[in-house]
Amino acid sequence: MVNAAYSLALLPVVGFIVNIFFGSKLKLKGALFSIACIAGSFLCACLLLRHVIAGNSIEQSATWFTCGKYSFSAGLVIDQLTAIMLIVVTLVSLLVQIYSIGYLHGEKNSTRFFAFISLFTFSMLGLVLADNLILVYVFWELVGLCSYLLISYWYNKPSAALAGKKAFITNRIGDAGFFLGIATLFYYLGTANFREIAEKLHHGGFDPHIITIAGILLFCGAIGKSAQFPLHVWLPDAMEGPTPASALIHAATMVAAGVYLTVRSYSVFSAGNFSLQFVSYIGIITSLLAASIALVQNDIKKILAYSTISQLGLMMVALGVGGYTAGVFHLMTHAFFKALLFLCAGAVIHNTGVQDIRQMGGLFGKMKITASTCFIACLAIAGVPPFSGFWSKDEILLAAFNHNKVLYGLSSLVAFMTAFYMFRLYILTFTGKPRDPHLHPHESPKVMTWPLIILASLSAVSGLIGSPLTNHWFSHFIYFHPEHHIEVNYLVMYSSIAVGLLGIAMAWLFYKACPNIPKALAENYKPIYNLLLNKYYIDEIYDTVIVRPFLALTRFSFSFDSKIIDGSVNGTATVTIWISTIKAWIDKYIVDGLVNLTASMVGAIGIVLRRLQSGFIQNYILLIFTSVIIIVLLKLI
Amino acid sequence: MIPLHHYLILSALLFCIGLYGVFTRRSAIGILLSLEIMLNAANINFVAFSKFVTPDNPIGQIFVIFTIGVSAAAAVVGLAIIVAIYRNYKTIFVDEINIMKW
Repeated sequence: MVNAAYSLALLPVVGFIVNIFFGSKLKLKGALFSIACIAGSFLCACLLLRHVIAGNSIEQSATWFTCGKYSFSAGLVIDQLTAIMLIVVTLVSLLVQIYSIGYLHGEKNSTRFFAFISLFTFSMLGLVLADNLILVYVFWELVGLCSYLLISYWYNKPSAALAGKKAFITNRIGDAGFFLGIATLFYYLGTANFREIAEKLHHGGFDPHIITIAGILLFCGAIGKSAQFPLHVWLPDAMEGPTPASALIHAATMVAAGVYLTVRSYSVFSAGNFSLQFVSYIGIITSLLAASIALVQNDIKKILAYSTISQLGLMMVALGVGGYTAGVFHLMTHAFFKALLFLCAGAVIHNTGVQDIRQMGGLFGKMKITASTCFIACLAIAGVPPFSGFWSKDEILLAAFNHNKVLYGLSSLVAFMTAFYMFRLYILTFTGKPRDPHLHPHESPKVMTWPLIILASLSAVSGLIGSPLTNHWFSHFIYFHPEHHIEVNYLVMYSSIAVGLLGIAMAWLFYKACPNIPKALAENYKPIYNLLLNKYYIDEIYDTVIVRPFLALTRFSFSFDSKIIDGSVNGTATVTIWISTIKAWIDKYIVDGLVNLTASMVGAIGIVLRRLQSGFIQNYILLIFTSVIIIVLLKLI
Repeated sequence: MIPLHHYLILSALLFCIGLYGVFTRRSAIGILLSLEIMLNAANINFVAFSKFVTPDNPIGQIFVIFTIGVSAAAAVVGLAIIVAIYRNYKTIFVDEINIMKW
C-alpha cells in the first residue's frame, strides 16, 4: 500500500518530466502519456481509499535532516482526509487533462500546459500526503509556482503575465505568515508533525495565547492560498490562465489547499482561544464580499472566480464554527461542481470566443450537453436537493446554526446570493434568444463533453454519501471529535432549500420574466451598483495604499542606492583615480626620472670617455707615459 | 775615470730616442726596436749605478742579464703578435690597425 502511495505521487512527476523535455517532439502523445500517468495515480488513489475505508491508515516517515538538536522528519500520512483529497485531486486532474486535449486543440506548445498540470498534480498530492508542516510548506510553494506558471501560460499577453505576478506576490504575503506560524509551532512544541502536534495539544499544558497566535499565523497562509479577504484579489485576476487550469487549480484543488491546511492543523485552531472565531469571521466576511461582487459581474469566469472565493469562505465559516466534517464535505462537493462549472464556462468560451455573458444567450439549443451539465452544477451550487451542494451546504448551515445564529443568518444570505448569481449566469448564457448574431457556437467535441458528463454525475450524486439516505456515512468517515453526534435539523434543512429556491426564483424573475428590474435597480442604487461592479474598489485601495507607496519607496530606495551608495562607491573610485594619477606622475617623473638620470649620466660620461679608446696604440702609450710623469711630478711636489 | 752623470746623460738620451721612436714610428717593428732602445737605456742605468754605488757587489750587472733575457722573450712574443696581425690584416702599420677603437 505504501508503494501505491509512492507511485501515486511519482507518476505525475514522470508525466511532467516526459512532457517538459520531450513534449515538443511528442505533441499529442505527450498529453496522452501524462493523462495515462494521472489515470495511474487515480487508480492508486482508489486503492488507497479502499484500504482506508477498510479501517487502515498508513503513516511512514524518515529523518530528513538534522540541525543542531532538532531533527526534521519527512514522511507521508494516509488517513481518511488524505484519501478523500487524493481522490478529488487525481480525479479532477484526470478529467481536466482529458478536457484540455480538446480545449487546447491547435494550441502551439500545449505540452507545456500538460507538463505544468502534471507538476501541479504532483505538488498537490505531495501537499496532501505530507505528514508535517515543513513538508507541506515545500509543496505549498510548489503549487504556488505551478499556479503562477499556469496563470501566465499565455505569457505573451501582458495581462496574463501581470496576473501571474499578482497571484504569486499576494500568495507570498500569506506564506510569510504561514512560515512564521510553522516556526512558532515548531519552537513552542518542538515538532512539526501533525499527529505529534495534536498529541501534545491534547495533553494540555500549553499557553493558549501562543497557540492562538500560531493558529492565526498558519491561517495567514490559508488566507493567501484560499483567496480569503483581504488577500482574495489575486483569484479573479488568475482567470487570465487557460480555463482548464482555472478549473483544476483555481476552483477545485489548489485554492482548497488553505481549507485543507486548516483542517489538517485543526488541533492547533481548536486549542487556541480565538483562532477559530478568527477563521469564521474571515470566512464570513470573504463569503459575503465575494458573493455580493459576483451578483453584478459580467465576465463568466470572473463570476465563477468570485463564487469560488465565496464558497471557500463558507468552508472557512464551517471550520470556524466547529463543522470539521462539513468543511471537508463541502470542499469535496465544491471541487466537483465548481470544476464542472469552470469546464462548462471553458466550453462556452472555447466555442463562442467571448467571455461576457451579456453577449451570450440562447446557447442551450446549440450546446445541449454543456448546458445541461452546467444546469446540474448550478443546481448543485445553489443547494437544491438532492444535488451534492445541498447536503454539504446544509451541514455548514447546521453547524453555524448550532454555534452562532448571526453567522447562520449571514451564511444563509450567502447561499441565497449564490443561487441568485449562478442562475443569473445560467439564464443569461444558455436561455433566451442569442443576443450576438455574430456568434456561431456549436457543441464541443466528445473529449470535452465526457469529462463534463462525469463531473455532472458526480456533482449530482456525490452529496448522497453525507446525506441521511446513507446514514451520514461521510460524517462517520471524517470527524474531529469521535463523539460527533449526527442530527437532522429540519428547520435548517427546509430554510436552506427555501433560500436556494428563492434565489433561483429571483434570478428567473430578474433576468427572464421582467428583464427591466436589474436595470432599474442599477439606476436607482447607482452607488451600490458601482461599488459592487468595481469589487468594492479593493484593488484600487490596495493600489493606492500599498502598491503605489511601495513603488514610491522602491523608487526612493533605488535613487538612494544609485545616488548615495553608488555615489559613495563611485566617489571612492574617483578619489582613488586622482591619487593614482598623482602617484603615476611621481613614479613617472621622479622615480623613473632618477633612474633615467643615472642612466643618462653614465651614458654621457661614457660618450666623453670612449674617445680615449682610440684604437691607436701610440695614444695609449702617450697616455700611460703622461700619467707616469704626472704621478712622479705629484710625488716630487 | 768617467763620472756617473755621463752614463746617466747617455742613458737619458737613449731613453728619449727610444720614446720618440715609440711615439712616431708607424711600423710595429720600429716600435719594438725603439722599445729595445729604451730598455737598454735602463740597462745602462742599472750597470752604472751598480758600478758606482756597490762596486764590490755586481748586483746591477746580474739584474741587467735577467732584463736582457726577459726582453728577448718579450721581443719574441711581440714579433709573434706582429706576424699574426700581418697574416690577418696584411699590414703592420699601427695606425691602420684600430679594431680596438670604441
